[in-house]
Amino acid sequence: MSEHRLSAAARSQRFGQAEGEGIIRCDACPVLCRIRPGRSGACSRYANQDGHLVRTDPAIALAHQVEVGGPVVAFAEGDWDGMLLDPSRAFVTGIGAGTTYPDYKPAPFIVGATHHGVDTVTIVTEGIFSYCGVKVKIDTDRHLGPEAAAVRAKGEQVGHVTTAEYGSQMLSLGGVRHLTGGSKREGNVTCETLLALCAGEAVELTIDGGHALRVQAGAAPVVDGREEVRMRVGCGSATIGIFAQQWLGHVDEVIVVDDHITGVLTEHQAGRVLGMTAGGIRVRGRRSTPGRYFQVANPGLGWGGTDITDPLAIIESIDAKIAWPGLRLLLTSTTGEDALYCVLDEELRPVEATMPDAVRLVVERIGENCEPSLCTVIFMAGAGGSLRAGVTENPVLLTRSVASGETRVTMGGAPCYVWPGGGITIMADVMKLPKRAFGHVPTPALVAPIEFTLPRALYEQLGGHMGDIVPVEALLRGLGEQLRVEGWIPGNPWPFAKP
Amino acid sequence: MNGALVQRLAGGRAHLHHGPIDVVLRGYGPADQVAAAEAAAARRFAAILDELVAELSALRAPMPAPPVTGTVARRMRAGCMPFAAQGVFVTAMAAVAGAVADELLATMREAAPNLTRAFVNDGGDIAVFVAPGETLDIALAVDPGGQRDGALRVTAESGIGGVATSGRLGRSFSLGIADAVTVLARDAATADAAATLIANAVDVASPAIIRAPAESLDPDSDLGARLVTTRVGTLTPGEIAAALEQGAARAVRWVEHGLILGAALRLAGAARVVGAPFPILTETPP
Repeated sequence: MSEHRLSAAARSQRFGQAEGEGIIRCDACPVLCRIRPGRSGACSRYANQDGHLVRTDPAIALAHQVEVGGPVVAFAEGDWDGMLLDPSRAFVTGIGAGTTYPDYKPAPFIVGATHHGVDTVTIVTEGIFSYCGVKVKIDTDRHLGPEAAAVRAKGEQVGHVTTAEYGSQMLSLGGVRHLTGGSKREGNVTCETLLALCAGEAVELTIDGGHALRVQAGAAPVVDGREEVRMRVGCGSATIGIFAQQWLGHVDEVIVVDDHITGVLTEHQAGRVLGMTAGGIRVRGRRSTPGRYFQVANPGLGWGGTDITDPLAIIESIDAKIAWPGLRLLLTSTTGEDALYCVLDEELRPVEATMPDAVRLVVERIGENCEPSLCTVIFMAGAGGSLRAGVTENPVLLTRSVASGETRVTMGGAPCYVWPGGGITIMADVMKLPKRAFGHVPTPALVAPIEFTLPRALYEQLGGHMGDIVPVEALLRGLGEQLRVEGWIPGNPWPFAKP
Repeated sequence: MNGALVQRLAGGRAHLHHGPIDVVLRGYGPADQVAAAEAAAARRFAAILDELVAELSALRAPMPAPPVTGTVARRMRAGCMPFAAQGVFVTAMAAVAGAVADELLATMREAAPNLTRAFVNDGGDIAVFVAPGETLDIALAVDPGGQRDGALRVTAESGIGGVATSGRLGRSFSLGIADAVTVLARDAATADAAATLIANAVDVASPAIIRAPAESLDPDSDLGARLVTTRVGTLTPGEIAAALEQGAARAVRWVEHGLILGAALRLAGAARVVGAPFPILTETPP
C-alpha cells in the first residue's frame, strides 16, 4: 500500500462521501450518518475531523478522540476488559511519575514511540516548582480592592490585586516571595491556597482595603457572600452603542451606570446619529467625550460596580431649558440586573413609573447578552532549572529547543503557553489538566507534571539520555496495575505533531 | 460497509456490535441454556439494524406517527406511546436502545426457558430478567466511565425488567440539562423513553446554559430545530434545585400513573430519587 493510500484524505474517501456544508456521509454502516465537522456519528466510532472521516476509539482510554464515547454503565461484577490499550494512541503524562529531583538522574520516564512515522521521544517527569503561582481572572465589574493591594488567605498574604481587564478583575497569587521568602506560615498557607486552586477547589480570600472573595476555577465568584451571576455586556458607553437603536422611540433618555464609563444616550454619539433630542440631564463625574463620563461615583458593590444604590443620586442637574415634563428616562446597570424607569413631572423631577414592556425587553436583552461570571485559574511556573538535567546533559539546548517550538511542552497532556525570552516560563489552564495532577513538597513548593515531546533525532542532538529511552509498549506493559488510564481531555491538542 | 460483529468478553459476557449499536449481554444458568441463548441473540442481532434503517423516517417522526411493522420498531412505539398520550413531544427513537435490549432478551428467553438470570445492556439501557429467588446487581454511574454513584439489586419481586439511563453526559442529545436520569420500569423500552423524557424536563432558565438547534449538530436528528443543550456552566444551588424539581415532578406523575417504577435524577453533584421502594442512590442536596 502506498503512502498516499494511508493519508487521511484517502481513508476518508474509502469510508465516506463529502456533502455540502462540510458534512460527510459515513458509509461504515447502514445508518449512513451525515456528520458535521467536529462531530461524531451515532456510533461515536467515526467522526468528521477537519473534513476527513476519522476513526475514534470510544472504549480506549487516553486516546485522542474528537468526542468522548458513549455511555458505559459498568456492572458490579467487573469492568470492561475487552480491549487493549493501543500504544500509538497513548500518551504517558507526568502525573504520579515521580521526580528525580535534583535531576542528576534521567527523568522517571523517557518514552519512545512512533507517531505518524516519526520516531518521537517524550520525557515525562513531575517537576518541583519553587517559582510558581496562579493568575486568577474573576469575571465581575465589582470593585474587589485597589490595584496592588495585598490578597490574604487565613490572614497571610498570598498575592496581590493586579491590572484589571475588560469585564474582569485579576489576582496574582503565589510566587517565590510568598512561598519561601516570608514566614514559614506564609509559605505554607500560600502553598495550600495554590494547591486548592489548581485542584479546582474553592478558596476564601480577603483583599486589604477591599472585599472578601470565594474563588474556584470554573465556578462563579462569590463577593462578600453574594454570588456573581453575569459579566457586564460592556462598559456604559458600549451598552449605549449596542442598544441605542432598540431604545429609540420607547424612551427619551437612557443613563447606563458603570464604574468605568457611564453612558448618556442623547448626548452619546449613538444618540446623535439617531437624531435624538438632547434630554438636558447632566450626570456627576468627569466628562470624557460627549455622553461618556468617568468616576460618576466611587467603586463599590452597587449598580454597575459603583457604590450607587439610589441611581437618581448620580443626576447632578436637569436643565429646565432643555428637559421637558413627561420626558421618559431609563436608568440601568451594564448587566441589566438593576434598572429604574422614571417620567419627569411638571417640576422636572424624575418620578418612578411602570416600565413599559418594550423598554423591559431591552433591559432583559442586556442581561441575555451577558456571559456567565466565572473564575479562571492559570498556573504559571518556571521550568528552566535543574529539572532540565533530567532531560539532557546540556540543559541550555533544551531551553533553546523549547523556545524555538521544536520541543513541545505539556503539563499532564494539557497545552502550555511558553513565554518568549529566556528560561522555560510556562502557563497552563488548570481546568485542562487531569484531576489530582498537582502535589507539594514541604519546602514548600508545588509539584506538577511536565512532559517534553520531541523527535528522537533532535533529542540525540540535544544530548538526551538515549540509553534510558523505553518503548511505550514496554512501559504500558511493565507498569501494569500502576498505570492509571484516563480519557484524553477533550479540547486539548494531541501532543504528537501531525505530518 | 461493515456487518454485525460478535466478540467474547471476559466474565462470560458477549459483545455485539453493529453500526451505532453496542450490546453487552450475558445469560446465567445451565451451560447448554446459556449457549443456546447467546446463539439465538447473535442470530437475531444480525438483522436488527437493517430492519430499523428500513423504517427510520417513520421512527424519527413525532408521535403519533405512522404505524411500523418490525418487532423492534413496534417495541419502540409501544415504549413511547403512554408518554405521547400525556401530550409530551416524543419520537420512537427515544426508546431505540431499550427496545433492542428487550428484543434480544426476549429472544434469549425463548431459546433458553431455563435461564436463571440474564441481562442485555445496550449502551446503558438494560433489559434484565431474574428468576424467583435470584438477584442481579447493577451499578450506576452518572458520568460514562466515571465513578459509581449507586447500586441496584434486581429481584423477581421488584418487577423491574428495564433500567435505562439518559442525560447530557450520554451520546444522545438532550433538551434538558440533567447529567443523568436513571429510570426503572417493567421493560427497557419504557425505561429508555421515560429516562429521555424526564431528562428533558430537568431544566431551568439560566445564563450558564448554552443550547443549539439539534439539526445544526446532526442534520438528520429526530429533534429537528428543537434546541438541545450543548454546554452547562456553573449553576447556582437554587437553579440546580429548581431544575431537579421540574424533572422530579414529571417522574412523580409517571410513578403515580404506574408508567414507571422509579427514577434517580442527577445534576451537578445533586441527586433526587423518586418512587422506587428500593435503595438505588442516596439523595444529595444541591
